[in-house]
Amino acid sequence: MTQLNKTPLYDLHLELGGKMVPFAGYEMPVQFPLGVKKEHEHTRQACGLFDVSHMGQVLIHGPAPAEALEALVPADIVGLPAGMQRYALFTSEEGGILDDLMVVNAGEHLYLVVNAACKEQDISHLRTGLGSDYRVEVVDRGLLALQGPAAATVMQRLCPSACELVFMQHGRFSMEGVEVWISRSGYTGEDGFEISVPAEHSDALARRLLAEAEVEAIGLGARDSLRLEAGLCLYGHDIDATTTPVEAGLIWAIGKPRRRGGERAAGFPGADLILHQVAAKDHTRKRVGLLGEGRAPVREGAELFSADDVKVGVVTSGGFGPSVGQPVAMGYVAIEHAEAGNQVFAEVRGKRLPMTVTKTPFVTPGYHRG
Amino acid sequence: MSAIPSNLRYTKSHEWVLDNGDGTVTLGITDHAQQALGDVVFVELPEVGQELASGEEFGVIESVKAASDLYAPLGGEVVAVNESLEDAPETVNESPYEDGWIAKLKLSDADALDALLDADAYGAVVDAED
Repeated sequence: MTQLNKTPLYDLHLELGGKMVPFAGYEMPVQFPLGVKKEHEHTRQACGLFDVSHMGQVLIHGPAPAEALEALVPADIVGLPAGMQRYALFTSEEGGILDDLMVVNAGEHLYLVVNAACKEQDISHLRTGLGSDYRVEVVDRGLLALQGPAAATVMQRLCPSACELVFMQHGRFSMEGVEVWISRSGYTGEDGFEISVPAEHSDALARRLLAEAEVEAIGLGARDSLRLEAGLCLYGHDIDATTTPVEAGLIWAIGKPRRRGGERAAGFPGADLILHQVAAKDHTRKRVGLLGEGRAPVREGAELFSADDVKVGVVTSGGFGPSVGQPVAMGYVAIEHAEAGNQVFAEVRGKRLPMTVTKTPFVTPGYHRG
Repeated sequence: MSAIPSNLRYTKSHEWVLDNGDGTVTLGITDHAQQALGDVVFVELPEVGQELASGEEFGVIESVKAASDLYAPLGGEVVAVNESLEDAPETVNESPYEDGWIAKLKLSDADALDALLDADAYGAVVDAED
Protein backbone atom coordinates (compact mmCIF):
# COMPACT_ATOMS: atom_id res chain seq x y z
CA MET A 1 0.00 0.00 0.00
CA THR A 2 1.28 3.45 -0.80
CA GLN A 3 1.99 5.86 2.01
CA LEU A 4 -0.88 8.23 2.68
CA ASN A 5 -0.20 11.95 2.59
CA LYS A 6 -0.88 14.22 5.53
CA THR A 7 -2.17 17.77 5.46
CA PRO A 8 -0.53 20.47 7.61
CA LEU A 9 -3.41 19.99 10.08
CA TYR A 10 -2.81 16.26 10.64
CA ASP A 11 -1.52 16.66 14.21
CA LEU A 12 -4.36 19.01 15.07
CA HIS A 13 -6.93 16.50 13.78
CA LEU A 14 -5.48 13.81 16.05
CA GLU A 15 -5.41 16.19 18.99
CA LEU A 16 -9.07 17.04 18.42
CA GLY A 17 -10.00 13.33 18.39
CA GLY A 18 -10.64 13.15 14.65
CA LYS A 19 -11.42 9.69 13.31
CA MET A 20 -8.92 9.40 10.47
CA VAL A 21 -9.68 7.60 7.21
CA PRO A 22 -7.92 7.34 3.86
CA PHE A 23 -9.42 9.79 1.37
CA ALA A 24 -7.99 10.65 -2.05
CA GLY A 25 -4.52 9.60 -0.96
CA TYR A 26 -4.66 11.55 2.32
CA GLU A 27 -5.34 10.65 5.91
CA MET A 28 -8.33 12.84 6.68
CA PRO A 29 -10.79 13.18 9.57
CA VAL A 30 -14.19 11.72 8.66
CA GLN A 31 -15.62 13.03 11.93
CA PHE A 32 -14.68 14.54 15.26
CA PRO A 33 -16.13 13.58 18.66
CA LEU A 34 -19.17 15.80 18.00
CA GLY A 35 -20.32 13.30 15.33
CA VAL A 36 -21.41 13.75 11.73
CA LYS A 37 -24.98 14.84 12.41
CA LYS A 38 -24.11 17.47 15.03
CA GLU A 39 -21.19 18.71 12.93
CA HIS A 40 -23.61 19.13 10.03
CA GLU A 41 -26.14 20.98 12.17
CA HIS A 42 -23.49 23.15 13.77
CA THR A 43 -22.31 24.29 10.33
CA ARG A 44 -25.88 25.18 9.31
CA GLN A 45 -26.53 27.01 12.59
CA ALA A 46 -23.18 28.57 13.49
CA CYS A 47 -19.84 27.90 11.86
CA GLY A 48 -17.68 24.94 10.89
CA LEU A 49 -13.98 24.79 10.07
CA PHE A 50 -13.00 22.28 7.38
CA ASP A 51 -9.51 21.19 6.43
CA VAL A 52 -9.50 21.05 2.63
CA SER A 53 -5.73 21.24 2.32
CA HIS A 54 -5.76 17.95 0.40
CA MET A 55 -7.13 19.83 -2.60
CA GLY A 56 -4.69 20.97 -5.25
CA GLN A 57 -3.82 24.67 -5.36
CA VAL A 58 -2.25 25.66 -8.64
CA LEU A 59 -1.08 28.94 -10.17
CA ILE A 60 -0.86 29.48 -13.90
CA HIS A 61 1.75 32.02 -14.97
CA GLY A 62 2.34 33.24 -18.49
CA PRO A 63 1.01 35.58 -21.16
CA ALA A 64 -2.81 35.93 -21.16
CA PRO A 65 -3.36 32.80 -19.03
CA ALA A 66 -7.17 33.17 -19.22
CA GLU A 67 -7.18 32.65 -22.99
CA ALA A 68 -4.85 29.70 -22.60
CA LEU A 69 -7.00 28.00 -19.95
CA GLU A 70 -10.07 28.34 -22.15
CA ALA A 71 -8.50 25.65 -24.37
CA LEU A 72 -9.20 23.17 -21.55
CA VAL A 73 -12.45 24.38 -19.97
CA PRO A 74 -15.78 25.57 -21.42
CA ALA A 75 -16.13 28.34 -18.83
CA ASP A 76 -15.78 32.01 -19.72
CA ILE A 77 -12.38 32.71 -18.17
CA VAL A 78 -11.41 35.67 -20.37
CA GLY A 79 -14.51 37.46 -19.12
CA LEU A 80 -13.76 36.71 -15.47
CA PRO A 81 -12.91 40.01 -13.77
CA ALA A 82 -9.84 40.29 -11.55
CA GLY A 83 -10.67 39.33 -7.98
CA MET A 84 -13.47 36.97 -9.01
CA GLN A 85 -13.80 33.20 -8.79
CA ARG A 86 -15.71 30.95 -11.18
CA TYR A 87 -16.67 27.26 -11.32
CA ALA A 88 -15.21 25.36 -14.27
CA LEU A 89 -14.88 21.87 -15.72
CA PHE A 90 -12.01 20.11 -17.45
CA THR A 91 -13.74 18.32 -20.32
CA SER A 92 -12.54 15.31 -22.33
CA GLU A 93 -12.48 14.89 -26.12
CA GLU A 94 -15.50 12.60 -25.67
CA GLY A 95 -17.44 15.38 -23.95
CA GLY A 96 -17.12 13.91 -20.45
CA ILE A 97 -15.91 15.68 -17.31
CA LEU A 98 -12.31 15.06 -16.20
CA ASP A 99 -12.60 17.18 -13.05
CA ASP A 100 -14.39 20.19 -11.69
CA LEU A 101 -12.44 23.13 -10.31
CA MET A 102 -12.54 26.72 -9.15
CA VAL A 103 -10.68 29.39 -11.12
CA VAL A 104 -9.70 32.77 -9.71
CA ASN A 105 -8.47 35.69 -11.78
CA ALA A 106 -5.75 36.81 -9.37
CA GLY A 107 -4.59 39.62 -11.65
CA GLU A 108 -1.19 38.65 -13.03
CA HIS A 109 -1.95 34.93 -12.86
CA LEU A 110 -4.79 32.45 -12.45
CA TYR A 111 -5.30 30.56 -9.20
CA LEU A 112 -6.99 27.16 -9.50
CA VAL A 113 -8.32 24.80 -6.84
CA VAL A 114 -8.75 21.22 -8.06
CA ASN A 115 -9.95 17.98 -6.46
CA ALA A 116 -7.45 15.99 -4.42
CA ALA A 117 -8.18 12.72 -6.22
CA CYS A 118 -7.59 14.32 -9.65
CA LYS A 119 -4.68 16.56 -8.65
CA GLU A 120 -1.83 14.74 -10.41
CA GLN A 121 -3.87 14.12 -13.53
CA ASP A 122 -5.04 17.76 -13.63
CA ILE A 123 -1.53 19.13 -13.26
CA SER A 124 -0.18 17.04 -16.11
CA HIS A 125 -3.28 17.89 -18.18
CA LEU A 126 -2.57 21.59 -17.58
CA ARG A 127 1.13 21.27 -18.41
CA THR A 128 0.41 19.41 -21.63
CA GLY A 129 -2.60 21.47 -22.62
CA LEU A 130 -1.19 24.93 -21.94
CA GLY A 131 2.20 24.29 -23.51
CA SER A 132 5.64 25.58 -22.70
CA ASP A 133 4.71 29.28 -22.61
CA TYR A 134 2.94 28.69 -19.30
CA ARG A 135 4.28 27.72 -15.90
CA VAL A 136 2.01 25.54 -13.78
CA GLU A 137 3.03 26.10 -10.17
CA VAL A 138 1.69 23.83 -7.43
CA VAL A 139 1.78 25.88 -4.26
CA ASP A 140 2.50 24.44 -0.82
CA ARG A 141 -0.38 25.97 1.07
CA GLY A 142 -3.05 24.79 3.42
CA LEU A 143 -6.72 25.46 2.61
CA LEU A 144 -9.22 26.10 5.39
CA ALA A 145 -12.94 26.50 4.78
CA LEU A 146 -14.87 28.52 7.35
CA GLN A 147 -18.54 27.89 6.62
CA GLY A 148 -21.85 28.82 8.15
CA PRO A 149 -24.05 31.77 9.06
CA ALA A 150 -21.57 32.86 11.77
CA ALA A 151 -18.53 32.71 9.45
CA ALA A 152 -18.67 36.44 8.75
CA THR A 153 -19.01 37.23 12.46
CA VAL A 154 -15.82 35.29 13.11
CA MET A 155 -14.04 36.78 10.11
CA GLN A 156 -15.02 40.27 11.28
CA ARG A 157 -12.84 39.72 14.36
CA LEU A 158 -9.83 38.22 12.58
CA CYS A 159 -9.80 39.85 9.15
CA PRO A 160 -12.55 42.47 8.86
CA SER A 161 -11.58 43.58 5.36
CA ALA A 162 -12.37 40.08 4.02
CA CYS A 163 -16.00 40.63 5.06
CA GLU A 164 -16.31 43.12 2.21
CA LEU A 165 -16.07 40.24 -0.26
CA VAL A 166 -19.34 39.01 -1.70
CA PHE A 167 -20.08 35.51 -2.97
CA MET A 168 -17.39 34.32 -5.42
CA GLN A 169 -15.09 37.28 -4.85
CA HIS A 170 -11.47 36.69 -3.94
CA GLY A 171 -8.61 38.71 -2.55
CA ARG A 172 -5.30 38.77 -0.70
CA PHE A 173 -5.39 39.76 2.95
CA SER A 174 -3.30 39.71 6.07
CA MET A 175 -4.63 37.49 8.83
CA GLU A 176 -2.73 36.97 12.10
CA GLY A 177 0.24 38.58 10.36
CA VAL A 178 0.28 36.10 7.49
CA GLU A 179 -0.61 36.69 3.85
CA VAL A 180 -3.72 34.69 3.06
CA TRP A 181 -5.83 34.35 -0.08
CA ILE A 182 -9.51 34.39 0.75
CA SER A 183 -12.52 33.68 -1.40
CA ARG A 184 -16.13 34.01 -0.30
CA SER A 185 -17.29 30.58 -1.34
CA GLY A 186 -17.47 27.01 -0.15
CA TYR A 187 -19.05 23.62 -0.52
CA THR A 188 -21.84 23.65 2.06
CA GLY A 189 -24.53 25.96 0.68
CA GLU A 190 -23.78 28.41 3.49
CA ASP A 191 -22.07 31.77 3.53
CA GLY A 192 -18.39 31.31 4.19
CA PHE A 193 -14.78 31.74 3.27
CA GLU A 194 -12.05 29.56 1.87
CA ILE A 195 -8.69 30.63 3.23
CA SER A 196 -5.45 29.65 1.53
CA VAL A 197 -2.56 29.96 3.95
CA PRO A 198 1.13 29.00 3.68
CA ALA A 199 1.53 25.40 4.86
CA GLU A 200 3.73 26.35 7.81
CA HIS A 201 1.11 28.79 9.17
CA SER A 202 -1.93 26.56 8.60
CA ASP A 203 -1.92 24.87 11.99
CA ALA A 204 -1.68 28.16 13.92
CA LEU A 205 -4.43 29.79 11.87
CA ALA A 206 -6.73 26.78 12.30
CA ARG A 207 -6.18 26.84 16.07
CA ARG A 208 -6.87 30.59 16.13
CA LEU A 209 -10.16 30.08 14.26
CA LEU A 210 -11.15 27.16 16.51
CA ALA A 211 -10.58 29.39 19.54
CA GLU A 212 -13.61 31.44 18.48
CA ALA A 213 -16.72 30.29 20.33
CA GLU A 214 -18.79 29.80 17.16
CA VAL A 215 -16.31 27.51 15.43
CA GLU A 216 -16.20 23.70 15.54
CA ALA A 217 -13.92 21.38 13.56
CA ILE A 218 -15.91 19.47 10.94
CA GLY A 219 -14.98 16.22 9.20
CA LEU A 220 -15.52 14.80 5.74
CA GLY A 221 -18.75 13.05 6.74
CA ALA A 222 -20.61 16.28 7.41
CA ARG A 223 -18.89 17.93 4.44
CA ASP A 224 -20.56 15.31 2.27
CA SER A 225 -24.06 15.66 3.76
CA LEU A 226 -23.80 19.47 3.64
CA ARG A 227 -22.77 19.59 -0.03
CA LEU A 228 -25.41 17.01 -0.94
CA GLU A 229 -28.19 19.11 0.63
CA ALA A 230 -26.73 22.12 -1.21
CA GLY A 231 -27.08 20.21 -4.51
CA LEU A 232 -23.34 20.40 -5.23
CA CYS A 233 -21.70 17.65 -7.27
CA LEU A 234 -18.98 15.38 -5.94
CA TYR A 235 -16.50 14.48 -8.66
CA GLY A 236 -16.17 10.74 -9.23
CA HIS A 237 -19.73 10.22 -8.03
CA ASP A 238 -22.21 12.71 -9.50
CA ILE A 239 -19.97 13.68 -12.41
CA ASP A 240 -17.14 11.84 -14.13
CA ALA A 241 -15.64 11.10 -17.55
CA THR A 242 -18.87 9.36 -18.63
CA THR A 243 -21.20 12.30 -17.86
CA THR A 244 -21.40 15.38 -20.05
CA PRO A 245 -21.87 18.86 -18.58
CA VAL A 246 -25.34 18.99 -20.13
CA GLU A 247 -26.43 15.65 -18.67
CA ALA A 248 -25.02 16.81 -15.33
CA GLY A 249 -27.16 19.97 -15.39
CA LEU A 250 -24.03 22.12 -15.46
CA ILE A 251 -24.86 24.12 -18.60
CA TRP A 252 -24.28 27.24 -16.50
CA ALA A 253 -20.59 26.26 -16.36
CA ILE A 254 -20.40 26.74 -20.14
CA GLY A 255 -19.89 30.45 -20.63
CA LYS A 256 -22.16 32.26 -23.11
CA PRO A 257 -19.16 33.41 -25.22
CA ARG A 258 -18.08 29.75 -25.53
CA ARG A 259 -21.39 28.54 -26.94
CA ARG A 260 -22.44 28.47 -30.58
CA GLY A 261 -22.62 32.01 -31.90
CA GLY A 262 -20.51 33.33 -29.02
CA GLU A 263 -17.36 35.45 -29.44
CA ARG A 264 -15.08 32.56 -28.48
CA ALA A 265 -17.33 29.65 -29.38
CA ALA A 266 -16.00 26.12 -28.86
CA GLY A 267 -12.21 25.63 -28.62
CA PHE A 268 -12.33 23.26 -25.62
CA PRO A 269 -12.12 19.44 -25.57
CA GLY A 270 -15.38 17.75 -26.56
CA ALA A 271 -16.88 21.06 -27.78
CA ASP A 272 -18.68 19.48 -30.75
CA LEU A 273 -20.68 17.05 -28.67
CA ILE A 274 -21.20 19.37 -25.69
CA LEU A 275 -22.31 22.39 -27.73
CA HIS A 276 -24.55 20.15 -29.81
CA GLN A 277 -26.22 18.97 -26.59
CA VAL A 278 -26.54 22.56 -25.33
CA ALA A 279 -28.34 23.57 -28.53
CA ALA A 280 -30.32 20.44 -29.41
CA LYS A 281 -31.08 19.28 -25.86
CA ASP A 282 -31.20 15.72 -27.22
CA HIS A 283 -29.36 14.16 -24.26
CA THR A 284 -31.18 11.11 -22.92
CA ARG A 285 -30.52 11.38 -19.19
CA LYS A 286 -30.15 14.12 -16.64
CA ARG A 287 -28.83 14.60 -13.12
CA VAL A 288 -31.66 15.34 -10.71
CA GLY A 289 -32.26 15.80 -7.01
CA LEU A 290 -34.32 13.09 -5.32
CA LEU A 291 -36.24 13.49 -2.09
CA GLY A 292 -37.19 10.33 -0.21
CA GLU A 293 -40.06 9.61 2.12
CA GLY A 294 -39.76 8.24 5.64
CA ARG A 295 -36.26 7.87 6.99
CA ALA A 296 -34.51 5.12 5.03
CA PRO A 297 -31.50 6.64 3.25
CA VAL A 298 -31.05 5.79 -0.42
CA ARG A 299 -27.36 5.56 -1.18
CA GLU A 300 -25.03 5.67 -4.16
CA GLY A 301 -25.60 2.77 -6.55
CA ALA A 302 -29.31 2.27 -5.79
CA GLU A 303 -31.20 1.65 -9.03
CA LEU A 304 -34.24 3.74 -9.89
CA PHE A 305 -37.41 2.38 -11.45
CA SER A 306 -40.57 3.86 -12.89
CA ALA A 307 -44.00 2.97 -11.50
CA ASP A 308 -44.34 0.41 -14.30
CA ASP A 309 -41.11 -1.33 -13.25
CA VAL A 310 -38.76 -0.07 -15.97
CA LYS A 311 -35.24 0.83 -14.85
CA VAL A 312 -34.92 4.57 -15.41
CA GLY A 313 -31.75 5.55 -13.58
CA VAL A 314 -29.29 5.25 -10.74
CA VAL A 315 -28.42 7.16 -7.57
CA THR A 316 -24.93 8.72 -7.56
CA SER A 317 -24.93 10.27 -4.06
CA GLY A 318 -27.38 9.84 -1.25
CA GLY A 319 -27.98 9.76 2.44
CA PHE A 320 -30.12 11.18 5.17
CA GLY A 321 -30.21 14.98 5.04
CA PRO A 322 -29.99 16.17 8.64
CA SER A 323 -31.26 19.69 7.83
CA VAL A 324 -33.88 18.52 5.35
CA GLY A 325 -35.04 15.82 7.80
CA GLN A 326 -35.59 13.40 4.94
CA PRO A 327 -33.51 11.15 2.74
CA VAL A 328 -31.88 13.19 -0.04
CA ALA A 329 -30.04 11.96 -3.10
CA MET A 330 -28.78 12.89 -6.53
CA GLY A 331 -28.76 10.62 -9.52
CA TYR A 332 -29.26 10.29 -13.23
CA VAL A 333 -32.68 9.49 -14.66
CA ALA A 334 -33.97 9.08 -18.21
CA ILE A 335 -34.91 12.53 -19.49
CA GLU A 336 -38.64 11.71 -19.64
CA HIS A 337 -38.55 11.14 -15.85
CA ALA A 338 -36.41 14.16 -15.01
CA GLU A 339 -39.14 16.71 -14.44
CA ALA A 340 -39.50 18.04 -10.88
CA GLY A 341 -42.41 16.37 -9.13
CA ASN A 342 -42.07 13.10 -11.03
CA GLN A 343 -42.03 10.00 -8.85
CA VAL A 344 -39.51 7.20 -9.21
CA PHE A 345 -38.77 4.19 -7.01
CA ALA A 346 -35.36 3.36 -5.57
CA GLU A 347 -34.54 -0.28 -4.97
CA VAL A 348 -33.13 -0.69 -1.46
CA ARG A 349 -32.70 -4.21 -0.05
CA GLY A 350 -35.35 -5.61 -2.34
CA LYS A 351 -37.91 -2.92 -1.53
CA ARG A 352 -39.00 -0.08 -3.79
CA LEU A 353 -38.89 3.24 -1.96
CA PRO A 354 -40.70 6.18 -3.56
CA MET A 355 -38.61 9.26 -4.32
CA THR A 356 -39.69 12.55 -5.83
CA VAL A 357 -37.57 14.32 -8.43
CA THR A 358 -36.81 17.65 -6.78
CA LYS A 359 -35.07 20.84 -7.78
CA THR A 360 -31.77 21.33 -5.98
CA PRO A 361 -30.55 22.75 -3.66
CA PHE A 362 -32.61 20.95 -1.02
CA VAL A 363 -31.87 23.77 1.44
CA THR A 364 -31.99 27.53 0.86
CA PRO A 365 -28.43 28.73 0.27
CA GLY A 366 -27.02 31.34 2.62
CA TYR A 367 -24.59 32.85 0.10
CA HIS A 368 -23.69 36.47 0.78
CA ARG A 369 -24.39 38.19 -2.50
CA GLY A 370 -24.09 41.68 -1.05
CA MET B 1 -14.29 2.25 26.83
CA SER B 2 -17.75 2.19 28.34
CA ALA B 3 -18.94 -0.49 30.74
CA ILE B 4 -20.47 -3.66 29.33
CA PRO B 5 -23.53 -4.57 31.43
CA SER B 6 -22.98 -7.90 33.17
CA ASN B 7 -26.66 -8.88 33.16
CA LEU B 8 -26.75 -9.21 29.36
CA ARG B 9 -25.51 -11.77 26.86
CA TYR B 10 -23.75 -10.80 23.64
CA THR B 11 -22.84 -11.88 20.11
CA LYS B 12 -19.63 -11.35 18.19
CA SER B 13 -21.68 -9.23 15.79
CA HIS B 14 -22.34 -6.75 18.63
CA GLU B 15 -25.94 -7.51 19.53
CA TRP B 16 -26.97 -7.77 23.18
CA VAL B 17 -29.69 -10.04 24.60
CA LEU B 18 -31.60 -9.62 27.85
CA ASP B 19 -33.27 -12.70 29.31
CA ASN B 20 -36.71 -11.55 30.43
CA GLY B 21 -37.16 -14.79 32.41
CA ASP B 22 -40.47 -15.67 30.74
CA GLY B 23 -39.18 -17.40 27.64
CA THR B 24 -38.69 -14.09 25.83
CA VAL B 25 -35.61 -11.97 25.29
CA THR B 26 -35.10 -8.31 24.44
CA LEU B 27 -32.31 -7.44 22.03
CA GLY B 28 -30.45 -4.46 20.70
CA ILE B 29 -26.98 -3.39 19.64
CA THR B 30 -24.14 -2.67 22.04
CA ASP B 31 -22.69 0.68 23.00
CA HIS B 32 -19.54 -0.28 21.11
CA ALA B 33 -21.62 -0.97 17.99
CA GLN B 34 -23.50 2.33 18.14
CA GLN B 35 -20.24 4.23 18.61
CA ALA B 36 -18.69 2.50 15.63
CA LEU B 37 -21.77 3.19 13.48
CA GLY B 38 -22.06 6.85 14.37
CA ASP B 39 -25.33 8.77 14.25
CA VAL B 40 -28.16 6.35 13.50
CA VAL B 41 -30.67 7.78 11.02
CA PHE B 42 -32.86 4.77 10.30
CA VAL B 43 -33.71 1.39 11.77
CA GLU B 44 -35.48 -1.17 9.64
CA LEU B 45 -37.43 -3.25 12.16
CA PRO B 46 -38.62 -6.83 11.71
CA GLU B 47 -42.33 -7.64 11.60
CA VAL B 48 -44.13 -8.84 14.70
CA GLY B 49 -44.93 -12.52 14.15
CA GLN B 50 -41.89 -13.09 11.96
CA GLU B 51 -40.01 -16.35 12.71
CA LEU B 52 -36.26 -15.88 12.86
CA ALA B 53 -33.56 -18.53 12.69
CA SER B 54 -30.44 -17.96 14.76
CA GLY B 55 -27.99 -15.86 12.74
CA GLU B 56 -30.66 -14.71 10.27
CA GLU B 57 -30.68 -11.11 9.08
CA PHE B 58 -33.73 -9.45 10.55
CA GLY B 59 -33.23 -5.74 10.05
CA VAL B 60 -30.88 -2.96 9.16
CA ILE B 61 -29.41 -0.02 11.02
CA GLU B 62 -28.38 2.91 8.87
CA SER B 63 -26.08 5.57 10.18
CA VAL B 64 -24.95 8.72 8.47
CA LYS B 65 -22.03 6.63 7.24
CA ALA B 66 -23.31 3.21 6.22
CA ALA B 67 -25.91 0.48 6.47
CA SER B 68 -25.30 -2.47 8.80
CA ASP B 69 -27.33 -5.64 8.93
CA LEU B 70 -28.81 -6.90 12.19
CA TYR B 71 -28.49 -10.63 12.89
CA ALA B 72 -30.78 -12.61 15.15
CA PRO B 73 -28.66 -13.77 18.10
CA LEU B 74 -31.15 -16.58 18.75
CA GLY B 75 -34.00 -18.30 16.94
CA GLY B 76 -37.57 -17.39 17.79
CA GLU B 77 -40.69 -15.45 16.98
CA VAL B 78 -40.70 -11.65 17.00
CA VAL B 79 -43.27 -10.66 19.66
CA ALA B 80 -42.58 -6.92 19.85
CA VAL B 81 -40.55 -4.25 18.05
CA ASN B 82 -39.50 -0.84 19.30
CA GLU B 83 -41.69 1.32 17.09
CA SER B 84 -40.41 4.52 18.71
CA LEU B 85 -37.21 4.01 16.69
CA GLU B 86 -39.14 4.81 13.50
CA ASP B 87 -39.40 8.43 14.57
CA ALA B 88 -36.39 8.63 16.85
CA PRO B 89 -33.66 6.31 15.52
CA GLU B 90 -31.07 8.33 17.44
CA THR B 91 -32.32 6.59 20.60
CA VAL B 92 -30.04 3.71 19.58
CA ASN B 93 -27.08 6.07 20.09
CA GLU B 94 -28.43 7.72 23.21
CA SER B 95 -29.55 4.62 25.10
CA PRO B 96 -28.30 1.48 23.36
CA TYR B 97 -29.03 -0.89 26.29
CA GLU B 98 -32.40 0.48 27.36
CA ASP B 99 -34.65 2.82 25.36
CA GLY B 100 -32.83 1.86 22.18
CA TRP B 101 -33.84 -1.82 22.28
CA ILE B 102 -34.86 -3.16 18.90
CA ALA B 103 -37.05 -6.25 19.25
CA LYS B 104 -38.35 -8.92 21.61
CA LEU B 105 -38.26 -12.59 20.68
CA LYS B 106 -40.08 -15.62 22.06
CA LEU B 107 -37.29 -18.15 22.04
CA SER B 108 -37.66 -21.41 20.17
CA ASP B 109 -34.89 -22.92 22.32
CA ALA B 110 -34.34 -21.31 25.73
CA ASP B 111 -31.08 -23.19 26.27
CA ALA B 112 -29.53 -21.41 23.29
CA LEU B 113 -29.01 -18.38 25.53
CA ASP B 114 -26.18 -20.19 27.27
CA ALA B 115 -24.22 -20.37 24.05
CA LEU B 116 -23.97 -16.55 23.84
CA LEU B 117 -21.03 -14.55 25.15
CA ASP B 118 -21.03 -13.16 28.66
CA ALA B 119 -19.84 -9.62 29.39
CA ASP B 120 -16.21 -10.67 29.93
CA ALA B 121 -16.06 -12.66 26.70
CA TYR B 122 -17.71 -9.85 24.76
CA GLY B 123 -15.26 -7.36 26.30
CA ALA B 124 -12.45 -9.50 24.88
CA VAL B 125 -14.09 -9.34 21.42
CA VAL B 126 -14.24 -5.55 21.63
CA ASP B 127 -10.64 -5.29 22.89
CA ALA B 128 -9.45 -7.45 20.02
CA GLU B 129 -11.04 -5.03 17.54
CA ASP B 130 -9.53 -1.88 19.01
